[in-house]
Amino acid sequence: MLTTLAAARSMRASRPGLSTTRVGAVISRNVGALRSGPAYWIVLVSGFFEPLLYLLSIGVGVGALVGDLTVYGRTMPYAAFVAPAMLAVSAMTGALAETTFNVFFKLKYVKTYEAVLATPVRPVEIAFGELTWATVRGSFYTAIFLGVMVALGLAPVGGALAAFPATILVSLAFGAVGLTISTLMRGWQDFDLLTTGQFAMFLFSGTFSPVQDYPAWAEILIQITPLYHAVELVRRLSLGVYGPGLLGHAAYLLVMLAAGLWFAARRMERLLCP
Amino acid sequence: MTAGTVRPSIAVLERQLTLYRRLWRASVFSSFVLPVLFVISIGIGVGGYVGSVKGVDYLSWIVPGVVASTAFQMALGESTYPVLGDFKWSRAFHAMRATPVQPNHILTGHLLYLLFRVTTAVLAFLLVVLFFGALRSPWAVTVPLVCALLTVATAAPVSAFAASIDSDSHFTLLFRFVMIPASLFSGVFFPIEQLPGLIRPVAYVSPLWHAVELCRSATLGTAPPWPVAAHVGCLLVWAVAGTLLAARRFRRRLED
Amino acid sequence: MIFARGLVKRFGDFTAVNGIDVEVAPGEAFGFLGPNGAGKSSTMRMISCVSAPTSGELRILGMDPVRDGTRIRARLGVCPQLDNLDPDLTVRENLTTYARYFGLSRVEGRRRADELLDFVQLSDRAGSMVEPLSGGMKRRLTIARSMINEPDIVLLDEPTTGLDPQARHLLWERLFRLKQRGTTLVLTTHYMDEAEQLCDRLVVMDGGKIVAEGSPRSLIETYSTAEVVELRFPDGLDLNADYAAKMSGIGERVDPLPDRVLLYADDGDAALTEVHQRGLTPSSVLIRRSTLEDVFLHLTGRTLVD
Repeated sequence: MLTTLAAARSMRASRPGLSTTRVGAVISRNVGALRSGPAYWIVLVSGFFEPLLYLLSIGVGVGALVGDLTVYGRTMPYAAFVAPAMLAVSAMTGALAETTFNVFFKLKYVKTYEAVLATPVRPVEIAFGELTWATVRGSFYTAIFLGVMVALGLAPVGGALAAFPATILVSLAFGAVGLTISTLMRGWQDFDLLTTGQFAMFLFSGTFSPVQDYPAWAEILIQITPLYHAVELVRRLSLGVYGPGLLGHAAYLLVMLAAGLWFAARRMERLLCP
Repeated sequence: MTAGTVRPSIAVLERQLTLYRRLWRASVFSSFVLPVLFVISIGIGVGGYVGSVKGVDYLSWIVPGVVASTAFQMALGESTYPVLGDFKWSRAFHAMRATPVQPNHILTGHLLYLLFRVTTAVLAFLLVVLFFGALRSPWAVTVPLVCALLTVATAAPVSAFAASIDSDSHFTLLFRFVMIPASLFSGVFFPIEQLPGLIRPVAYVSPLWHAVELCRSATLGTAPPWPVAAHVGCLLVWAVAGTLLAARRFRRRLED
Repeated sequence: MIFARGLVKRFGDFTAVNGIDVEVAPGEAFGFLGPNGAGKSSTMRMISCVSAPTSGELRILGMDPVRDGTRIRARLGVCPQLDNLDPDLTVRENLTTYARYFGLSRVEGRRRADELLDFVQLSDRAGSMVEPLSGGMKRRLTIARSMINEPDIVLLDEPTTGLDPQARHLLWERLFRLKQRGTTLVLTTHYMDEAEQLCDRLVVMDGGKIVAEGSPRSLIETYSTAEVVELRFPDGLDLNADYAAKMSGIGERVDPLPDRVLLYADDGDAALTEVHQRGLTPSSVLIRRSTLEDVFLHLTGRTLVD
């Protein structure tokens, strides 16, 4: 920690573009928090259980009542349909938990960033640092989850390998938007709204039943929201259903990433360096 | 309960209601909108593929489960951060302790408040699913009573836990390893006979499973898997043991 | 009002209060003075009936705090060391809610709340939330809250710790009025000026024991001199003990502290003349009246607030 601080200080005069060292300093602060005690570790590591439990309950449990399902012209067990959706969800929640809850806490209460900004680290570097960390966290969950899917026979190894980079993109896109959201939060009560929105997407983004079942207006509405594109991208890749549609879903997430990051950096600049 | 117990407990309840007047809007989402969305997504969406369970359409089958699990999650959630916060951060319970209000009254007031919260949410939810045609028996009127019992059976032991800990990160673990698994594997979405034999006894212990079965038999007008008295008995054991434990923990935390 | 004989409070191996005798009469303003960890707060918690004595006798309003805790608390007002106001309620709701804990009717609670807000000069903030209030305002609100049941005794645990001078004086003035109304006040403090301002009688506590008792004036007369000369020397840091030795015999007593030398004498000017005659040249001199701080220093050999 001291070395990164010293390195950052020595660069004070130059203030070059985006410094990887300083982005790294923001990340290493988070890694440092890992050493602070077992509680944060357990909370962090156990994060992937939730989607896994949903997979077992709805995918396997309810799946036994459903039997097989036909999508993309293929017939598959219900669990194989739900599993990639839960994978996308775990990438989303992992990244959002880090960039909303934790970033908001640091922004508003512990004032971590004000201390960080007393060094030459710039707001945009904080944004990059937090996003990278959130993505590491999200990808950590999805890697484990993919392993479980392969073990349960819900995805072929090739599909899992193809889906992994997509889950990184999902983490990045949601993480970037999460950063923007945390700069717009007024207080903890706003988290209720965020959680509700997150949960509504979780329920209706083609996660548990194909969106084609919904009335046309609902289907269009769903196609506007981000989790739908994440689910489609990850599901198609893990099942090996390729097509031009993949590019559309990926483009959506890329735009989300770029816009989220741009807004977050601007908002942080305004909040932290008024 | 004597008159001397009732009045201070009501005073504690009033304080909670005064706070709730400021917060109710946000809670409408979690306690009412979310369960309805859940029923639509799983009950109707997935239900279309399920067809029927034990001769009942899937929507009608999971509605009582979702009611009970909503009550369970509310009772549990409201007994975590709010209780620890009043011990540790705002120290509001310590302020009460300096008056004729005793630890027992604080606990009673908290439980009364949760009964109010859960009952209003359950009634609103029942009204909505009535229009979905998911209530098939007049016995459905007993659902709020079952949920009230479940509330105490859940809130009391969780409050005891909240009164015993010092760091709120324990709650994340409670949510992850108790609340979510209980909600997902207590017969809300699929019959617990489908659970592997090793795990099934865990569901038998869970107060949520007993409440789910009682609610289900009430809304469908069928007999529950165990005798009603056995289900109610299990819930009562949780409620009574939890309340005794919580009373002790509250007293200890507010002394010395 | 309060009667304690051989009162002891132990937490495991640690003895916080080690056999104290205290008696407080109606209408009195009584103080517990001492440094942090002297056992003041533990004593207060026993008096407010939230912590049972380990041994010894304690009667409050003629009742036993363990058996009649509820009945006693109904007649006490407690202002704890840390404000425990309800942050999510308004200023006024904090009072009306509290009134209900004492079984007062809603109408009566509202009446008293308005009266007390007026008394602590917070009427214009009645509808505001607690969080944005200043430390002094929160303190005043806590004191108002402790009076909602028209208590026979008000217990104040370090009422002005952490407040700026202006807020302290306003608070003292309000507490003085409360005393004039005939309310018994019991307070703890580690501020000398506070004890001198508010207390009719006080005990000095150190290490869980009472080391002196009396009115502020009588304590000063017994344990100190009328005046104190504070002398600072440019090279005093290491040599204060030597300077003190050179002054021995002047006045009644000489105390070398790390940063200054205290010279106790009934006539400060005369003592200073003598210091100069001995060829000592302090860089700064202050002659002041003796305070409870000096009493505490004399009794324990330590300063009160480090």
